Amino acid sequence: MSPYRCRWPLETQPSAGMLSGMLQVSQHDVVIVGGGGAGLRAAIAIAEHEPRLSVAVVSKVYPMRSHTVSAEGGAAGVISPDDSLDEHAYDTISGGDWLCDQAAVEAFVMEAPEELLRLEHWGCPWSREPDGRIAVRPFGGMKKKRTWFAADKTGFHMLHTLFQTSLKYDAVTRYDESFVTKLLVDDGRVQGLVAIELMSGKIQAITAKAVILCTGGCGRVFPFTTNANIKNGDGMALAYRAGAPLKDMEFVQYHPTGLPFTGILITEAARAEGGYLLNKDGYRYLQDYNLGKPEPKPVLRSMELGPRDRLSQAFVKEVEKGRTVEGPYGPVVHLDLRHLGQKTIDSKLPFVRELCLKYENIDPVKALIPVRPVIHYMMGGVHTDINGAAPLAGLYAAGEVACVSINGANRLGSNSLPELLVFGARAGRAAAQYAAEHKPPGSAAVAQALDEQTRIEQQFMHATEGRERIAVIREQMQRAMELGAGIYRTGASLSEAANELRDLQERFRRVAIEDHSRTFNTELTAVLELSFMLDVAEAIVRSAEQRTESRGAHQRTDFPARDDEKFLCHSLVFRQPDGTSRVEYSPVTITRWPPAERVYGK
Amino acid sequence: MADTITLEVTRYCPERDSEPTPHRYQVPFRKDWVVLDALNYIKDSLDGSLSFRWSCRMGICGSCGMTVNGQPKLTCAAFLGDYAPGPIRVEPLLNFPVVRDLVIEMTDFMAKLAEVKPWVIRRDEKPLSEGEYRQTPEELDTYKQFSMCINCMLCYAACPVYGLDPHFIGPAAIALAQRYNMDSRDQGAAQRLHVLSQHEGIWGCTFVGECTKVCPKNVDPAGAIQQYKLTATKEWFKSLLMPWSAR
Repeated sequence: MSPYRCRWPLETQPSAGMLSGMLQVSQHDVVIVGGGGAGLRAAIAIAEHEPRLSVAVVSKVYPMRSHTVSAEGGAAGVISPDDSLDEHAYDTISGGDWLCDQAAVEAFVMEAPEELLRLEHWGCPWSREPDGRIAVRPFGGMKKKRTWFAADKTGFHMLHTLFQTSLKYDAVTRYDESFVTKLLVDDGRVQGLVAIELMSGKIQAITAKAVILCTGGCGRVFPFTTNANIKNGDGMALAYRAGAPLKDMEFVQYHPTGLPFTGILITEAARAEGGYLLNKDGYRYLQDYNLGKPEPKPVLRSMELGPRDRLSQAFVKEVEKGRTVEGPYGPVVHLDLRHLGQKTIDSKLPFVRELCLKYENIDPVKALIPVRPVIHYMMGGVHTDINGAAPLAGLYAAGEVACVSINGANRLGSNSLPELLVFGARAGRAAAQYAAEHKPPGSAAVAQALDEQTRIEQQFMHATEGRERIAVIREQMQRAMELGAGIYRTGASLSEAANELRDLQERFRRVAIEDHSRTFNTELTAVLELSFMLDVAEAIVRSAEQRTESRGAHQRTDFPARDDEKFLCHSLVFRQPDGTSRVEYSPVTITRWPPAERVYGK
Repeated sequence: MADTITLEVTRYCPERDSEPTPHRYQVPFRKDWVVLDALNYIKDSLDGSLSFRWSCRMGICGSCGMTVNGQPKLTCAAFLGDYAPGPIRVEPLLNFPVVRDLVIEMTDFMAKLAEVKPWVIRRDEKPLSEGEYRQTPEELDTYKQFSMCINCMLCYAACPVYGLDPHFIGPAAIALAQRYNMDSRDQGAAQRLHVLSQHEGIWGCTFVGECTKVCPKNVDPAGAIQQYKLTATKEWFKSLLMPWSAR
C-alpha cells in the first residue's frame, strides 16, 4: 500500500480541462499583495481603522514564510532618555547621503517607537534589561543605542507576532499561496489584480477599490544575495507595468558580511556587540578608509559600526590591494567574534553561531568567520508619498517594495523593520480611507482579467516551442547585474549590462516550459518571476546609467564625486508603452538638515 | 569520492499520475550542497516540472520540510555529505495529503493554529502611552523556547498520534498555545484551555517525544504537551472540587 495520502483521491483528481475556462472573481475593498511585515501591519491597520471594510491578503507563500522572517539584528526606535528623534533623523539622513526625503524621515522616527511598542503589546519577545524594560543595542551608522532586538531573530519574531495577531481579525481574508500576475487598471485607477491559486492552478480575479503592494525587495536579480528565493521584485514589476514609476532604483545595498557560497547574512549586530573586521594580515583595515580609529570596544558611528555602503566599498579596495583572503568562492575577509566569549555570543547572537556551525562548520567562539559583501536590500522601489500612495490612483506600497524615501542612497541597519511597521500602517490607513470614498470596480476590470487569463494560457500553459531554459536566462541576468551594476559601476559596465538584458528579454520570448499541468506548477511561477526580474533589472541599470555621480551605494568610478548641483534629486523610471524606459527626476525634500559631508569615526 | 550522487525523488502530479512514485536523478556530489541544492539542480538542469517549496535557505522560513531517508528534515539543512554514498530518498512529509511531488497540504495546520488563539489576550489593554509591559529576562525565558517554532511541520510528520488521528491539534499548535499561556503579558490561558480540552487527541499523546526529536529549532513540543496536560488535569480537578471558581 502506498504510504501517501493524496490531496485529490483518484476519483476526484482534477484534469487540465476542469481547471481552465471559468474565471473566478472575488471582491474586496482593499487587497494587499504580500503577507510579510508590511502587508500584515497594513491589514491590521485597516481592520482596526475601518472594521467594516473587507481586506484581502494575497501572498505567494504562507505569510510566516515571508522574507521578513530572515531579518536578524533589530529595529530602530528612539527610547533611551539620552537619545532624541532629531539624532535618529540625522543619522538616517547622513547615512542616506542626503537623498532621503526629510519630511518622511521625521514622520518615521516619530512613529517608530510607538509602532515597536505596539508590537510589544502584541507579544513580540523583545530582549529585555534585567528590570524588564526593553533593551536596545548599537547599530551601524547610529550615534545612539536605539535598536530594539529579539536576540538575533528580530524579523522572525516580528513576523510571527504580526501573523499570529492578524488571526484575530475576521475582516482579513487570506489568499495563501496565490501568485499575482497583473494589476487591473481602468479609468486611471487600480481596481484589483489577477492571481493564480497555486494548489489548484485556478486563475482568479480579485477586484478591489485599492491595492497595497507589500512584496518586499528584488535581491534575486543578482547572483549572490541574502534574499530568499521569493524576492523577485514582483511588486515593483507589477507597479511598473501598470504605469507607476519606480524611484531611486540605482541604489542597491551590499551588506558587508555575508557567508561565502550561501550568501547567508551574518547580522550587523555581530559588529555592534564588538566584532572586528580583519584582512588577511589580521589588521582592522577599516581604519584606512576614513572610518575612525580602532578601539577595543565598539564606538558608535565608527569603524565596524560605519554604514554598510562604506564598509562594502572598503572591501573592494582591500581586494585591489591584495589584502583579502582567497577562499574557494573568491576573496573574503574575516569577522572576529572570539574576544566576545561564548556567553555573549550565546545570549546576543545565538543565530549567528547556529548558522556558522551549520553552514560553515566553524564555531565563532573559537574561529574567524569568512565574510564578503552580499546584495541585501533595495533602497529604491515604487514611488510613494508619505502615506504610501503611488502616483496612480488606488495604488499604495509599503516596506522594501516602496520608496518613500527614508533610506535615500543607503539604508542604515535596523531602519527597515520599523519602516515596514510605520509605513505599512500608514499605507493601510490611507488605502482604507480611499476605499471608503470610492465606488467598487466596474466590469472593465473583469474584462481585463479575462485578457490576462488568456495571456497566461497562451504564453505559458500551452507553449511548446521554446528552447531557452529558465535557469540559464536567470543566471545570465544575474551575472550581467553583478558585472555591470555591482558595488562599483562605470558607464561602460552599465551599458554592457543594458545590452545583455535587452538580449535576454528577447531570448525570454523563446523560453522553454516543460510543465503544462495546473497543480502547484512552480515552473510557471519561476517563469513569471523571471519576467518580473528582467524588468526590474532593466530599471536598475537604466537608472544607474543616468546618474553620473557617486552617492551612497551608487558608486560610479567614472564620476567619483557627489554632485548636489545636478543630482540632489530622486530618479523616477517609467515604463513606456513600447517596453523601453524613460528616466525623470524629482526634487528631494529638505526640511532641517542641509546637505553636508558624511563624517564617520569622529 | 564519487562526483555524483543519486537522488530518489517522489514524483506525483494528480492530473497525470494515479499515485506517487519514485524517480531517480543523478546530481553532482558537492560537500557544501544540501539536499535542497540538489533539488534545485534537478529543477534547473534536468526536469523543470519538479515542484517543492523553499525560500530562505537558512533554516528560518520553515518552507522546505521533506522526508529525507525516512526522517523529516529541513532540506536546506540536510547536507549531501551526511548521506553519501547515497542514494538519498526524498519524499513529501508524511501524515499530510500530497498536493504535488514534494508539496504537502497544510491547510489543516493553518486552521488549527488560529483555533489556539495565538495572540496576547488581556482583560484590560494598557494604553501605549504607558509604555511597555515589563518582562524580566527570566520571565522571557519561561516561554522563549516555545516562541521559536517556525511552523515547519516536521513535528506533525513525526507524530504517531497525528498520523492516526488527524483531529489531534498537534505538537506545534500546542507549543504555540503554551508560548502565550506562559507569557507574563497574557491572560488568556483559560480561553485556550477550553479550546485545547475539546480535542481528545491530546490525551492520546503517549510522550514518545518524536516531535521534540525532529524539531530543528529545539522547541520541545513534547514538553509543552506535558505541561499542558498537567495544567488541564489540575483545572479539571479544580472544577470538580470548586465549581464556583470556573470562569
